[in-house]
Amino acid sequence: MPFKPVPSRRDLLKTGAALGALGVASPLIGARAFAQGALTVGFIYVGPRDDYGYNQAHAEGAAAVKAIPGVTVIEEENVPESVAVQRSMESMIEFDGAALVFPTSFGYFDPHMLAVAPRYPGVQFRHCGAVWQEGVHPANTGTYFGYIGLGQYLNGIVAAHASRTKKIGFVAAKPIPQVLININSFLLGARSVDPTITCQVIFTGEWSMAVREAEATNALIDQGVDVVTCHVDGPKVVVETAAARGAYVCGYHANQSALAPALYLTGAEWNWATLYTNFVNQALAGEPLANFVRGGLSDGFVKMSPYGPAVTAEAAAAADAVKAEMMSGGFSVFRGPLYTNTGTLVIPEGTAYLETDIALESMDYLVEGVIGSTS
Amino acid sequence: MDTDLGWWAVPLALIGGAIRISTPFLFVSLGETITEKSGRINLGLEGTLIFGAMIGYGMAYLIGDAWAQAAINDAIAQGLPPPAVSARSYPMAAWLGVGIAAIAGSLFGVVHGLICSLKRVNDIAVGIAMMLFGMGIAFYFGKPFIAPAAPDLPSIPFAAWSDVSQVRDAFNVNALFIIGIVLAVVLWWAFRNTRLGLILRVVGDSADAARALGYNINLVRTLATAVGGAFAGIGGAFLSLYYPGSWNEGISSGQGLMAVALVIFARWNPIACFWAAMLFGGTSALGPALQAVGVTGGYYLFNAAPYILTLGLMVATSSRNRAMAGAPGELSITR
Amino acid sequence: MVQLVGDGGDAVAPPPRVTGRSVLDWISRRAEVVVIPLGAILAGLVLFGVFLWIQGHDPFQFYDLMYLGGFGRQLSIESALSRAAPLLFAALCVALPARLGLVVIGGEGAIVLGGLAAAAIALPLANAPAFVGIPAMAIAAMIAGGFWIGIAGALRHYRGVNETISSLLLAYVAIALMNHIVEGPLRDPASLNKPSTAPIADQLMVGTLPGLNVHWGFAVGVVACILAWILIDRTTWGFSARIAGGNVRAAQIQGLPVGKLIIGFCALGGAFAGLAGMFEVAAVQYSANGSLAARYGYTGILIAFLARHNPLMIIPFAVLLGGIEASGGLIQRRMGLPDATILVFEGLLFVLILISETFYGRFRIFNPEKRSPA
Repeated sequence: MPFKPVPSRRDLLKTGAALGALGVASPLIGARAFAQGALTVGFIYVGPRDDYGYNQAHAEGAAAVKAIPGVTVIEEENVPESVAVQRSMESMIEFDGAALVFPTSFGYFDPHMLAVAPRYPGVQFRHCGAVWQEGVHPANTGTYFGYIGLGQYLNGIVAAHASRTKKIGFVAAKPIPQVLININSFLLGARSVDPTITCQVIFTGEWSMAVREAEATNALIDQGVDVVTCHVDGPKVVVETAAARGAYVCGYHANQSALAPALYLTGAEWNWATLYTNFVNQALAGEPLANFVRGGLSDGFVKMSPYGPAVTAEAAAAADAVKAEMMSGGFSVFRGPLYTNTGTLVIPEGTAYLETDIALESMDYLVEGVIGSTS
Repeated sequence: MDTDLGWWAVPLALIGGAIRISTPFLFVSLGETITEKSGRINLGLEGTLIFGAMIGYGMAYLIGDAWAQAAINDAIAQGLPPPAVSARSYPMAAWLGVGIAAIAGSLFGVVHGLICSLKRVNDIAVGIAMMLFGMGIAFYFGKPFIAPAAPDLPSIPFAAWSDVSQVRDAFNVNALFIIGIVLAVVLWWAFRNTRLGLILRVVGDSADAARALGYNINLVRTLATAVGGAFAGIGGAFLSLYYPGSWNEGISSGQGLMAVALVIFARWNPIACFWAAMLFGGTSALGPALQAVGVTGGYYLFNAAPYILTLGLMVATSSRNRAMAGAPGELSITR
Repeated sequence: MVQLVGDGGDAVAPPPRVTGRSVLDWISRRAEVVVIPLGAILAGLVLFGVFLWIQGHDPFQFYDLMYLGGFGRQLSIESALSRAAPLLFAALCVALPARLGLVVIGGEGAIVLGGLAAAAIALPLANAPAFVGIPAMAIAAMIAGGFWIGIAGALRHYRGVNETISSLLLAYVAIALMNHIVEGPLRDPASLNKPSTAPIADQLMVGTLPGLNVHWGFAVGVVACILAWILIDRTTWGFSARIAGGNVRAAQIQGLPVGKLIIGFCALGGAFAGLAGMFEVAAVQYSANGSLAARYGYTGILIAFLARHNPLMIIPFAVLLGGIEASGGLIQRRMGLPDATILVFEGLLFVLILISETFYGRFRIFNPEKRSPA
């Protein structure tokens, strides 16, 4: 008995016109769904709430929402990207009356959130990471994300100043666009200081695999890498292992400076509190919620950890100067001519992508200077 | 001094990886060898390992933190400036953590052993249920210990003579690894040459013979399971207190379950357990090490190297006729 | 030629004359298998209640929520049944080889490869009608899963390799293979941050049961359990397997094809596990991706042992587990307990159910022949 719960992916591709504009609000959604002055908000995490990383960053955002009067926050952790998340969303809505749901892991979007949302038109769904498209995805759904690649670019600048071997390293989970943007940004930031720097990447293949993350960190350092950053769900193991070997560390997701006080340079952190409180306040006020939200440093979606003691004044000044440019807008991390590490020209001379460019969200290459491959 | 090792990094990583990664496999498989020699199998050691990792880390942190607080309070009471100490300043607390993990592990073992002493209760099934319980209780009580930093177990620099920093780091050996090697040899000897070893083997090979000799079968098996549990607890504490050296819910990627399987691979021989653990540890380092020297494709397959290699070796060394040579006769899984 | 044989072991012969007493005896003998596990469950509820109470949580609220979230409403039942669906197949992958005395713990591998095979065969069948495409996916999944566990059986028979360790190793290899293929050769470029194969065609998606938001995998799983029960309890194949499981030498002397039985039962178990993967792809994910390795294979081991490898008993235990897991979210949210609470509860409950097996035959009330010697 075949049925069609979601628009097929071919439909998605047909309407593939990029939605660059920030904050495309759907007129269909209204304040009706939200009872005035009271709101139950659901958060779903793919891992433990306190992983020193991705999920903790979201949980800290949820904690900020709890402080808003009239708002009830309900949370579930360790929810797999399977039928389980669909049932969790339903349960939050039916049993607890959640009117706004934030499934925070990328894999929750298609097909899971897209399967549940059409059955609850009165409930708003906002998903972290995917690209919402008008006419393709239900009007009561939407997506948000932050340009944390900017933070990795700044990490790269600081790393380049700290590195003596001119080799920096990246422990990554999987070669997906969100990770590739970070690796490339880290290298490009470093190369903006010293064009001879290379960045070695090791993919662990899993979002959370403690021993392999430690091995990857050790393998990088054995190759002479002296500054390490990462993109895995919980960076704790990478940070501690690198610090134990005496390498500098740039953090990711959250502030890990307490794990390596002397060697932590800076870090690219999420700051979801801003975004979540905005969404919830809008919902409380009965305003329509935006369906496609992106933001970077200037929007307060992303922030940098305070510089550690090993960061020189020169390095801090260099990073701060670029950060100021990013804050005022118009700074492009990805600008031509840009070659991949297999020699293909991906961005021609004269072209520059702002971080808001939707084309970056399907990145499938590593830039020249990164040692590693996407498959 | 940093040296560019190039491809030499791969064999070095295999050796270093074998030393770093093998210890939990070694301890769990040695412990399980004792248990299985007595004729029982405890598949629940994955749960025991994870609980050992949690309780070892948590207790090491709490003890270290208490000592640090005491030192600070003492200094303040004497009017001195408070010393810059934290839980991490007390490696002795980490050793206490290991001890507590061993005790906790033995409790899990006793429970498993007692339950399986009941008639008609299947030891494999109880093991799996205990695995669930151990993991659950570790995660349940482990939440507050994810963020704090516990002290690490100290390591012994065996290659301090080397100018090459990578070599020095690869041969930073934890005392537990050495204890594990010693234990493997001692167990190998004890199984053959001591009265205890004999009792264990008789009970494991033939319950009837053991009964005829007047041994208390259930007591022997329960004690053997308790010792196995203690070893698994130590293996877990190694994970959280040394390498990778932190507590989180993803700390084990199946080491406990795999180590139980390695016992069969090692044919209940403690020395072979050591080699199996070394093989597993070394090949676990292969994937990341190869990527680091530029072999970047197919890393999923390289990461599966320990499993593929172990399977290959098993197929190569097994034969139909001596299917289970060395297997304790009473063992449910090989009967 | 499959031929029906009488009930193998402890068959309860129908009483020659139906009397009030004999009916009562029959009931009390049958009641044992119900009352003992229920007693264990009750003990588990009490013990876990104490565990919660010591920490200042309200056990009654916990069980209230567990009932509400797991079984109390249609929504909850749907959640329980859809979680149970893959577990039915996964448990069969353990229960069938167990008839021969084999302990297969690598069903996870068959699940992921079954899912991968189903997604792969769906690619060239994008324009095929459902009645061709869906069976093709199911067959591909069964072949892939059956082949994988069949390897463990063949290694056991021809090389004497222990099937427990080989199936576990094969599971890890299968997951690596699946990830390699999903992120490499078969990766759909449009899958972006969740590397997946291209989605299956719309007409190949498997829908839900009439009137119930539970996909067809559950119904097929129940049928699979019944078929498996018929196979091992009512056919010569099952009878032979039981003999071979008891004593290989004796079975060989009787001329039973031990090798074929070992490989066949392993492969059949693997084929069922493969179906679990196929339904994950066809009814839940619509493509193959890393989420196929959802540890259903490991949960299935526990269910099979709880059911004492009786395929019919797999059904209630899978539904029980599905219901407990379905209620986990509600308990997290309403009581602020960590997600692991459910894991602790499951562990405790299942340990007690396993302990309760020791009580079979010990209570006179269930054993009329002890009560009134003939």
